[in-house]
Amino acid sequence: MPSYDAIIIGGGTNGLACAGRLASAGQKVLLLEGRDRLGGGAAGGTGWDGYRMPALAHLLTHLDRRVVDKMRLEDHGLRFVTGNLPTTALDPGGNHLTLSGAAGAKLLGNIAEADKAAWSALRARLMAFAAALAPFREMTPPRIAKGAGNPYMKLGQIALGLRRLGREEFREFLRMALINVADVMEDDLTDDRLRGTIAFDTVLGAWLGPRSPNSLFLYLNRLAGAAAGQQGALALPAGGMDAVAAAMEKSAIASGVTIRRDAVVAKVVIEGDRATGVELAGGETLSAATVISAINPKTTFQTLIGPRHLDTGFMNRVADLRSRGGAAKLHLALKGTPDFRGADLQSRLVIAPSIGAVENAFNAVKYGEVPDTPVMEILLPSAMEGGHAPEGHHLLSAVVQFAPHAPKAGANVARKAMLANTLAVLETSAPGIGKQIVHSELLMPYDIEARYGMAGGNWHHGELAVEQMLFLRPFPAVSQYSTPISGFWLAGAGNHPGGGISGAAGWNAAERILTGAQP
Amino acid sequence: MIYDAAIIGAGHNGLVTACYLARAGLKVVVVEKNDWVGGAAVSRSLHPGFTYSNCSYVSSLFRPEIMRDLDLPKYGLQVLPYEGGAVMQRDGGYLAIFRDHDANRREFARHSPRDAEAYDRYSRDIMRHCRFIRPMLMRTPPDPSRFRPRDLTELAWLGKKTFELSEAQIYEMIRFWTMSISDFLDEYFESPVVKAYLAVSAIIGTALGPMSPGSAYVLLHHYMGDVDGNVGAWGFARGGMGSITKALNASLAESGGEVRTGKGVEKVLVANNRAVGVRLEGGEEIKAKRVISNMDVKRTFLKHVDAEELPASFVRQVEKFKIRGSSGKLNIALDAAPKFTALPEGAPMLKGDLHFTDSIERMERAYDDWKAGRFSRDPFQDVMIPTMIDPTMTPPGKHFMSSFVQYAPPKIDGNDWSDADRDAFGQTCLDQIEAYAPGFKNLVLHVEVRAPRELEAEVGLTEGNIFQGELTFDQLLFNRPVPGYAQYRSPIRDLWICGSSTHPGGGVMGAPGRNAAAEILRDISAPSNMSDAYAVL
Repeated sequence: MPSYDAIIIGGGTNGLACAGRLASAGQKVLLLEGRDRLGGGAAGGTGWDGYRMPALAHLLTHLDRRVVDKMRLEDHGLRFVTGNLPTTALDPGGNHLTLSGAAGAKLLGNIAEADKAAWSALRARLMAFAAALAPFREMTPPRIAKGAGNPYMKLGQIALGLRRLGREEFREFLRMALINVADVMEDDLTDDRLRGTIAFDTVLGAWLGPRSPNSLFLYLNRLAGAAAGQQGALALPAGGMDAVAAAMEKSAIASGVTIRRDAVVAKVVIEGDRATGVELAGGETLSAATVISAINPKTTFQTLIGPRHLDTGFMNRVADLRSRGGAAKLHLALKGTPDFRGADLQSRLVIAPSIGAVENAFNAVKYGEVPDTPVMEILLPSAMEGGHAPEGHHLLSAVVQFAPHAPKAGANVARKAMLANTLAVLETSAPGIGKQIVHSELLMPYDIEARYGMAGGNWHHGELAVEQMLFLRPFPAVSQYSTPISGFWLAGAGNHPGGGISGAAGWNAAERILTGAQP
Repeated sequence: MIYDAAIIGAGHNGLVTACYLARAGLKVVVVEKNDWVGGAAVSRSLHPGFTYSNCSYVSSLFRPEIMRDLDLPKYGLQVLPYEGGAVMQRDGGYLAIFRDHDANRREFARHSPRDAEAYDRYSRDIMRHCRFIRPMLMRTPPDPSRFRPRDLTELAWLGKKTFELSEAQIYEMIRFWTMSISDFLDEYFESPVVKAYLAVSAIIGTALGPMSPGSAYVLLHHYMGDVDGNVGAWGFARGGMGSITKALNASLAESGGEVRTGKGVEKVLVANNRAVGVRLEGGEEIKAKRVISNMDVKRTFLKHVDAEELPASFVRQVEKFKIRGSSGKLNIALDAAPKFTALPEGAPMLKGDLHFTDSIERMERAYDDWKAGRFSRDPFQDVMIPTMIDPTMTPPGKHFMSSFVQYAPPKIDGNDWSDADRDAFGQTCLDQIEAYAPGFKNLVLHVEVRAPRELEAEVGLTEGNIFQGELTFDQLLFNRPVPGYAQYRSPIRDLWICGSSTHPGGGVMGAPGRNAAAEILRDISAPSNMSDAYAVL
């Protein structure tokens, strides 16, 4: 008699969402987290006295509304500093451009009227495309097969939604679905700050350059998110990302989930061809009717399950799963307030002066090299609210792209070079910032893999790219969260719709499990 | 007198359209700005005694149905399949390519036994993708935004074709169509030189690198042809690529078609939103019931039709059409056969493609140069010596060497190419060949260097793009050339397009020309005079 209905491996946001959903349906759920804290990419690090170490993720774009509502995260303490953080596109000369409102609804600063008009038309079009596609995020990907039991009603509604855009817009959608973002920006806009920022947002967390075909689709996916209820907006939780994990944890516990930290799973116990539980690193075994992995699929199948239980073709597909991390994470403790040539520190600061700058930064990582002038998004949590740094000090958190996941020069040399190049770029945008640095930490993709267990350091647990999305994510055989091993499911960001502090994958998986569908 | 059809441009597609219409009994005239016909499929004598295929240089894609319908062999067209080729490595080694699968397999095994195994799987999968796409080449794409019976029927046909594949195969196909050739090859092979060789077809003629998503499809575009039924095989047109258009020209003459060379079209004449003829440079007007443009879509509608005759939204879409030069060409007259250090003398590989780019990284870095607006400093060259197989192109003992080069941007750092730029580009390529074949330069009797500027000036390919438009998904099938106009028609009644800007795109294939002719005959409800698309697979 198994002691749990479900054991969930991995206490990240997807593991928590999955646990919360299953428990709310009356299941007895055990959630196992290998680290000493929950949240995965939403969990802060440890380190500097007086500073609250930021999590890997520092902004919300995709937090799933079902998770927020049904897990009652706000009742459990989730608050937002803002649900609509503006963005400042930094200009080396101080002629900054501000994108205020959701996804730059308004452009402030000195910019040509023609560009303003062109952007508002283009933005409206892309937001409409994204809104039409958004329902996909909240469902199990369909299969392309007859009698696959697809939710034809729902699919029909999505198709109708696209067609309702009107014939011209529908045609434009078909044309632009797989286009690259650079062409779209260059076709309609002339302002380099704006083009560079959108190009940067498009490839954020991806292993693509703005000139790579299919890249616009990632921007549509970004615009499909609605973190604090507003489509395409950036939300900043009060107290940092840990607050999201904390609220989800409280909610999960309230609905009866048992949580164990420092519980590293060594393997999934399989009897016959059915998963019956897990074995912990210490040798302890726990049994459950259903075992769910919310960690990345590569580690899941290669380590927790192992080739013994899976056929060669399947294991090859797992090996082919592309999971190259291209983003590094920079943390700086600053004595004093940095001056980004007058930029508003209560906004997200983006250093991506042009499409070319983003593309060039990507060129280097294709060859396992460090870019000379990386592009980045900067946040100063300490400028938004108290509690992140000592009085008069500041904490800087930045996502820096692109960083090689397997540098030719070796891990340490590459990290050193990446830090030097990043600080050089920062110095030009905020003269004197170098002298303010008290502590610094740069997490390269391989550091992120080591600390957070994300294969290749890719924060989506597998590259988010058209050929690895929807029913192709992580790969067709397991795209509906079920696996060839009965009783064993996937619920992590490696599955549709991907990562980025959302909980959608975990929630979708739970819904799928509750329908009684059997692997 | 009023012609039934005036065709602008005597490229292979224009001639194919003309031939089919003439055979259907229409009074046809083809107007060509150059003094010769052929567009980019020409044989030209630019050095005494030598004939160059100075644009396109190999044949495979040209549709056999067209050869048969138009009796092209009777008019002298003969395609000679060639042996494989070789990739010469920096370290002095080489990878030989053979037309025979098993020979290839053995050669791959020399570099990696694992890759030899994978090669069987790879070839099988690629052939499956070819088999799927070939039947689409000679069909008019449906318009998914309309619900006319013919569009719905065509969509249904596409659906039926798709479900002939297994579920797993459908997913594999979608992945293949959207991924980069580099990622795709990584799923099969480990040897850098094997991957470098196989990636070539994915970048030829396109402004994509081997690491760009969508490049795998471009590979397919080069694999779906055949020589006498050998799918994926390539050959030389005996006497140069001009033999194809010469044969078309002869076939056209025999069916009563007219060709006028030496004067380009200045304007398409439009009256009450109908095309009624063309005005030539110098003012002469030719009246016709319909005008069919073989020029690329940008040239046709932005240069030769008055903007006020077109809907602004259409003009905007045409302006957005991506037609980027990415390649250059060297045509070289040689005093004798070059000796490549890596290859044994008289090796059969000399009869095929010769490459010096031995890793995907070198290929991709060459592309990075293009993105930065310079020609590649370490370019990719597809070198061929057609005279190894076809002696008719040069005096005995001498040779014609063709080198197709990537990448060459349409502009250098945003400026037009200067002669100095072109010469520096040519020198870079010659130096690279010399590095693998010492003494090569001493054999050179004459070189024609063609940057995108030259391609545009002579052939009229905008920006020097050899496909009349990028082969990316925003410009394929019902999106080609622009959404809503993928059925060879234009916003102006009786103005048609039949060039490679239309489905299924570039290469000396003739399919756009035949499809356009089919639509026109359909439009005037004339009986089709075309044989069904045949399947060799």
